[in-house]
Amino acid sequence: MTAPRTLYDKIWDDHVVHQADDGTCLLYIDRHLVHEVTSPQAFEGLRTAGRKVRAPEKTIAVPDHNVPTTPGRDTFIENEESRIQVDALDKNARDFGINYYPVSDIRQGIVHIVGPEQGWTLPGMTVVCGDSHTATHGAFGALAHGIGTSEVEHVLATQTLIQKKSKNMKVEITGSLRPGVTAKDITLSVIGATGTAGGTGYVIEYCGQAIRELSMEGRMTVCNMAIEGGARAGLIAPDEKTYEYIKGRPHAPKGAAWEAALSYWKTLFTDEGAHFDKVVTLKGEDIAPVVTWGTSPEDVLPITGTVPAPEDFTGGKVEAARRSLEYMGLTAGQKLTDIKIDTVFIGSCTNGRIEDLRAAAAILKGKKIAPGMRAMVVPGSGLVRAQAEEEGLAQIFIDAGFEWRLAGCSMCLAMNPDQLAPGERCAATSNRNFEGRQGRGGRTHLLSPAMAAAAAVTGHLTDVREFMAEMA
Amino acid sequence: MDKFTTITGIAAPMPLVNIDTDMIIPKQFLKTIQRSGLGKNLFDEMRYTQDGAEIPDFVLNREPYRKAEIIVAGDNFGCGSSREHAPWALLDFGIRCVISTSFADIFFNNCFKNGILPIVLPQEAVDVLMEDAKKGGNARMTVDLEAQTVSSSDGVTFAFEVDPFRKHCLLNGLDDVGLTLEKASAIDSFESRAKVLRPWV
Repeated sequence: MTAPRTLYDKIWDDHVVHQADDGTCLLYIDRHLVHEVTSPQAFEGLRTAGRKVRAPEKTIAVPDHNVPTTPGRDTFIENEESRIQVDALDKNARDFGINYYPVSDIRQGIVHIVGPEQGWTLPGMTVVCGDSHTATHGAFGALAHGIGTSEVEHVLATQTLIQKKSKNMKVEITGSLRPGVTAKDITLSVIGATGTAGGTGYVIEYCGQAIRELSMEGRMTVCNMAIEGGARAGLIAPDEKTYEYIKGRPHAPKGAAWEAALSYWKTLFTDEGAHFDKVVTLKGEDIAPVVTWGTSPEDVLPITGTVPAPEDFTGGKVEAARRSLEYMGLTAGQKLTDIKIDTVFIGSCTNGRIEDLRAAAAILKGKKIAPGMRAMVVPGSGLVRAQAEEEGLAQIFIDAGFEWRLAGCSMCLAMNPDQLAPGERCAATSNRNFEGRQGRGGRTHLLSPAMAAAAAVTGHLTDVREFMAEMA
Repeated sequence: MDKFTTITGIAAPMPLVNIDTDMIIPKQFLKTIQRSGLGKNLFDEMRYTQDGAEIPDFVLNREPYRKAEIIVAGDNFGCGSSREHAPWALLDFGIRCVISTSFADIFFNNCFKNGILPIVLPQEAVDVLMEDAKKGGNARMTVDLEAQTVSSSDGVTFAFEVDPFRKHCLLNGLDDVGLTLEKASAIDSFESRAKVLRPWV
């Protein structure tokens, strides 16, 4: 009889290749996702040492960070450095024989959207990528986290990682969400409650009725931002919704393998009485649509709130808040709904899936964006884009005045031509509001796709619930 | 990887909390396909104006901190993206050690892979070292990895914890990949077992 284990404990135990006396483990990696920015030095390291990729069939590459989201990019990328990185990925993928979705492939998109979409991500797996938002895949009950380039090289060469086990943290969202409140509001509210270092040293398991009630897309949004809460990874136990999502995807198991997989997946839950080192509980009905006001993802407030003053904080956060307010061009006491915006970005690995586009389009149907507003939708993959076109969502965006772009990371991190100019203020469905994140001097307010759509129409941060009352 | 044993050097005070990897090395410098050369763009948007002139107030633009080898930082240093360009940029500038109350997980890991020692100390200790770093001039801090101590310029010494395996790798400048490949047979047998238990993977 083994002691009760958490979901994280179970996945961990099933992947330990070797454990040293001091607890340092060699952990086996089932899926390694690769993109163009954090991999060139790793492949170069392999070449220099004369090493091969140990498991090319478990390695999947796709360019996403650097690629423009405008037509013509499959023949020529204007920015020379971006082109060199994308070309390098192209060459590395072919030289080392790994799975690859080039820009010209309709399946190309943001690596964390492509993985689940193609059925590469499955419950109980270990998944890594040289990108912090790898946490996204935790929505399937996979242990997924970001790694640095040296670790990318390590995984390419050995299909393992040297790891010490993290502690277990439970984040429970009880009850149901109120109308107008989404997965994005959950994940931002958790970070607001625990801080950006609240999860440091932990793997989070999200649970509770409100999490169960989320779609797979919503669960991916929640897990995606586990990293903004400082956690190594975020996990959600798989259930019928998970299996339903996976079934029939290109790389999902089929036939007898499906049945075998399913019976294993059904063991992937936290045992009754398993120990958590930290527990955070929020009531679903208490969560409001939220926005960020500052330059840290923990700077979260309900849209009905006002901009705080530095004196409202303690310790090092006082100076950080002062700096944030100056950077953001905001004054304490200002109503959040009075903040005017000039740019709206809907997309990213946080909110670039079909359900996100549906939520935004529902607000925008029959409406126009505010005069002077620059608004863009960047689907998370070529397949999301195609589906949105088929469902008529693309036309709603275009009619409202949005630009309808090709798939990529786009303005989430401004490594490509989609950027903010200094002083521009953006309502963004992405994951980071750091100084300069969307372009030097650019100002970012993080929010849900529905909230972003509402802001695009009114020209200022807006409580989406007012829109919904109007629509009803 | 260069060995890390003992350093005695200038420590730059950066009391701001939540210094993120976008601040350490902004995204426009991630387009390199090399590891070296990023030091000139370390903290780029805090260090230079839009037209490339130095911002005189910024700590690394002031003497003696231009030659800093240690940073004493506010809480949660290195949060944000997994970019290893952050430790590469620090290293290329000449930073070998960062001291804070806490670090973001991925950044912390990345430091060890590049011969940089991140040291976690309690708030009181970081406060003392922060004040010491602010002295500038001829003040020098000493970090001794073997002894696991940090000493301020006036000899106040704090002990720190470090993972024994990581300490061993830093002291000897060892490359992880080579070490792991010595365990290739364990990986082989894991794969054979997994093929039976989870054939769909």
